[in-house]
Amino acid sequence: MDIEIRDLHFSYESGVQALAGVSLTTGRGETVALVGHNGSGKSTLVKHLNGLLRPDAGEVLIDGKPTADLRVAQIARRVALLFQNPDNQICKGTVWEETVFGPKNLGYPEEKIRDLASDSLAALGLTEMRDRNPHDLGFSERKRLAIASILAMNTEAVVLDEPTAGLDSGEIKLLEAVLRGLRDHGRTVLVISHDMDFVAENMTRAICLGQGRKQYDGGLPGLFGDPALLKRCGLVLPQTVQVGSRLGLSPDRLTPEAVAAGLSEKRPSPSGDHPATSP
Amino acid sequence: MPAIDIRNLSFTHPAGKRPALDSLSLTIEPGRFTAVIGANNAGKTTLCHALSGVIPHLFPGTFEGRVRICGNDIAETPISKLALSVAFVMQNPESQLSGIRFTVRDEIAFGLENQGVDRPEMLRRVDRALESTGLADLADRSPHHLSGGQLQKVALAAAIAVDTPVLILDEPTTFLDPASATEIFAILRRLKQNGKTIVVAEQRLDSVALHADRVLGLHQGRLALDGPPEEVLVSPALREIGLDWTRFTRIAALARDKGLWQKDAPLPATLEGTLNGLAKN
Repeated sequence: MDIEIRDLHFSYESGVQALAGVSLTTGRGETVALVGHNGSGKSTLVKHLNGLLRPDAGEVLIDGKPTADLRVAQIARRVALLFQNPDNQICKGTVWEETVFGPKNLGYPEEKIRDLASDSLAALGLTEMRDRNPHDLGFSERKRLAIASILAMNTEAVVLDEPTAGLDSGEIKLLEAVLRGLRDHGRTVLVISHDMDFVAENMTRAICLGQGRKQYDGGLPGLFGDPALLKRCGLVLPQTVQVGSRLGLSPDRLTPEAVAAGLSEKRPSPSGDHPATSP
Repeated sequence: MPAIDIRNLSFTHPAGKRPALDSLSLTIEPGRFTAVIGANNAGKTTLCHALSGVIPHLFPGTFEGRVRICGNDIAETPISKLALSVAFVMQNPESQLSGIRFTVRDEIAFGLENQGVDRPEMLRRVDRALESTGLADLADRSPHHLSGGQLQKVALAAAIAVDTPVLILDEPTTFLDPASATEIFAILRRLKQNGKTIVVAEQRLDSVALHADRVLGLHQGRLALDGPPEEVLVSPALREIGLDWTRFTRIAALARDKGLWQKDAPLPATLEGTLNGLAKN
């Protein structure tokens, strides 16, 4: 699915201007990170993608069709949005009811709803909790439930606002597997994240917002190779690039394995007469 | 007198099948910066609640053992009195906001008003907290119009303003951008240097490695690891409690496998440690 945003402007009633002319496009199967400092307009921008907010000026197009011409219910069939705070999303009395809530509203057949909900709960490690009250769960479990509920809607585009916030490393691995599955199925995935290590290892493109405007749009090495931009946008290098940049490696070494291979290539072999090759 | 003294603490939530905290005993001396790590459901948040008096005063459940904060037994001390010794920053800032204050400044002043702090002192402390958390420009905004990260800073500012000797923080950087998270840890470091006792439950192990004096690793409600960050964070046992090494440690371990690390040299958990270790080889 193609999403296009043209010159989007939005101000809150308080007068604070959150978006001051943002344009971007994402295509089918892309996994895009939306990054920037707190208050840079990221969450405001994604709320326009499923019609929760309407632009003051500019427009949002889904497969070329302006969202202004669509009802929220119509947009929800195409784009699912995970809120940053799961407590702003969860509204039902059991984990199962919460997970089937979205697909039921989309009018899917019963059997499909059951399959989607079961698969989503399994993917997020929540199968055993299906009868629990979400409010009896811990924060990260509620967060995973919110992600599972979004996944169960089976939309062509998935927008996740800070999906790793509050998750531990094992839970992040579950999320990474979910993202790989979405990518393999050609879904468009847009992820807001402050977790630069997660971005480095799971995304292919980054859009950086600052002061309500787009500051960068391109590949990750371009973002991580621009320290002034990162500083301006409240970001830091991922740990791998922190090491690599200090050792003269290029910012496209985004995993510990890639950095270690780069170190091997730079060091002379034990015999000292030619560089060692990476494994 | 220890700032925190925990003896045989167990707590089971009403819906819990096993204790969230199981026979925990430890002491923390004043002025120490202690990080609590562990996978989710290891007991970090429950421990924060038990150190701030939220448990047993506000949350139901089975509480056993004893917790003393600055000598006050939390089960026997009214929460209003405990609040003079310990401040608590919750993981979810929206759970912490009073909901009845319409500016950031008034929200930060809320705890001080409840303590009866006189007005000139209150204004001084609120201004200092606004300044140190970088919120001065947002002082007159409504908390309800702030981003998640900005709200998290408001919650921290409110805790700083009450100026207690002990500060407990449950994953205070969850919603913060990396630069803000670094600032928060710098603020906590300064508070520690001023004699505060800091306990932080945290997932960002690279920050823990830089700032903590001591790391407590919880696993299924029990104390599984306890030591300085340079030992705990590079321990193979870290993975047994469901956590991963930092990328700095993983790069060093891979370098070791490739013969690019000094034999028998310990693995580091920080950027500088990894760079120094690689330089020595």
